[in-house]
Amino acid sequence: MASTLTSSKLYGAFIFCGLLWANLQTYIVHSFGFIWYIALMDGFVCAILLACACWLINNNLRYYQPGKGSYINILIWCGALAGICTFGCRWILPLLCSGQAYYDFLSQSLAIRFFIYFLAVGWMAMISMIWYSQIDQKENEKRKNEAEKLARDAELYNLRQQLQPHFLFNSLNSINALIGFKPDEARKMIHQLSDFLRGTLKKDDQLQVPLNEELQHLNLYLEIEKVRFGHRLQTEISCDEKCGSALLPSMLLQPIVENAIKFGLYDTTGDVVVSIRAEMEGNYLVIMVQNPYDPQTSRPKKGTGFGLRGVQRRLYLIFARNDLMETHANDNIFTTIIKVPQL
Amino acid sequence: MKRALIIDDEPLARMVVKEYLQNFKQIEVVQECNDGFEGLKAIQQYQPDLVFLDVQMPKINGFEMLELVEQPPAVIFTTAFDEYAIKAFETHAVDYLLKPFSKERFNKAIEKYLALAPSTPSSKQTEELLETAAHSPAQHERIVVKTGTKVKIIPVQDVLYLAADDDYVSVYTAEGSFLKNKTMNFFEKMLDPRYFVRVHRSYIIAIQQITRIDPYEKDAHLAILKSGAKIPVSKTGYVKLKQVLGI
Repeated sequence: MASTLTSSKLYGAFIFCGLLWANLQTYIVHSFGFIWYIALMDGFVCAILLACACWLINNNLRYYQPGKGSYINILIWCGALAGICTFGCRWILPLLCSGQAYYDFLSQSLAIRFFIYFLAVGWMAMISMIWYSQIDQKENEKRKNEAEKLARDAELYNLRQQLQPHFLFNSLNSINALIGFKPDEARKMIHQLSDFLRGTLKKDDQLQVPLNEELQHLNLYLEIEKVRFGHRLQTEISCDEKCGSALLPSMLLQPIVENAIKFGLYDTTGDVVVSIRAEMEGNYLVIMVQNPYDPQTSRPKKGTGFGLRGVQRRLYLIFARNDLMETHANDNIFTTIIKVPQL
Repeated sequence: MKRALIIDDEPLARMVVKEYLQNFKQIEVVQECNDGFEGLKAIQQYQPDLVFLDVQMPKINGFEMLELVEQPPAVIFTTAFDEYAIKAFETHAVDYLLKPFSKERFNKAIEKYLALAPSTPSSKQTEELLETAAHSPAQHERIVVKTGTKVKIIPVQDVLYLAADDDYVSVYTAEGSFLKNKTMNFFEKMLDPRYFVRVHRSYIIAIQQITRIDPYEKDAHLAILKSGAKIPVSKTGYVKLKQVLGI
């Protein structure tokens, strides 16, 4: 444990306080006119008893954190320990020291000894409680952080998995068709598909990549989709040099474009143009993806499908902002805009 | 000679089926269709014996298209992936081919079809297939109806209520009502029970449309909708309604 050092320091402090306590009490008892031997015995026996009581209450609190409303238990504990210590003094000290004057002094001071013990043990209890609850809290926080990180990783992983099997199987089916009469094209498509899949697997979510790289990867996907859907699908990509080197979280565009293609291809029966435009706006990389859709049959409320929700969630996880994605639908065109802050 | 249709929105996918079919001289492909609308027209025009049908297609999916056909032909589904659909096929379709499929697998499907061809699969079987498929999430979102020769897609949000109408169900929207050749039970299963309640043997209403519920005769109630329509609510319907509304 990292707290070994601090706990050994703590033990040192504990012993130091005990010795101080013993010496102080010796001095006080001596000032009442008893010889040094008696004063020393009194001081050390009391200090040892007190140390035992403190150790007990400390140990007790290490394994048992009192909840709200059970602080009275601690008080009872302190009282009992103080009582035991007082009786300890009452029985042990006469065995070690003799003299009527000392016996009288001892019995007269029992009440005050009890109170002092009670305060000392109570003080110890308080310190222990604060100490251990602080440790607990730290551990809780650590665990919470870890859980959060795990959940976040899992979430990102799942979002990644949205790369639907549909796409994969349909692509394989297209390859199956091409093999017969256009083997060269089939071969080309296999290479595109494997490059695309490899890129998807390799990418690290936490990584920021230049837009150019992301578009290159996206292009593989678009080329495959174009083979599948023939002339029905066309794409327009515009991105200048400055945007090309701007950074964005990897695989962020993919689900947006997928969504655009899905909406475009399955929501209309005509030809579909999906356009992707990127530009810099101050410190933001702004990317706009547009696709045709049919307002008559699309569910307007469900306009942001799972894919887009995932993008929004990722943007939130990475930049802690909820205003980086927006969607518009008008004139049969569905537009998704994302803004990526450049750090 | 059997006449077959291929309905798939991907040209290459249609090509595979056509290529594999060359081995079967007794089956002739009469047309290829790009989507459900074309498919519907072609089915009416050619009355084919067999249809190769993709599920995921533009506008209306394969199941929705089949719903609109009066007497569905035998169907072999060709699809990439859809767990709900697969459940439906397993129980009721002639066969289903998961893309990409091999020639051997395809031949098996055709042989299976040819073996049961004389007693063409009853439309009841297709009915059951569609009912199973209705549990697929995509099907909860819209109702596809035919008005004359046109196909109309009604998002479920636009539905005010449904009423039984002899062998049909009338789907009421702000634009008017549309007949659909289905049962009330079908719609009760298909529609999301959080938003639609069957309040009466012959009525299903959209909860959001209700403005008030009045008592009416003994045990019965009347639900007044935003559109002003008054829908009878039976005793058991009232219990269900109270449950969903949380009162």
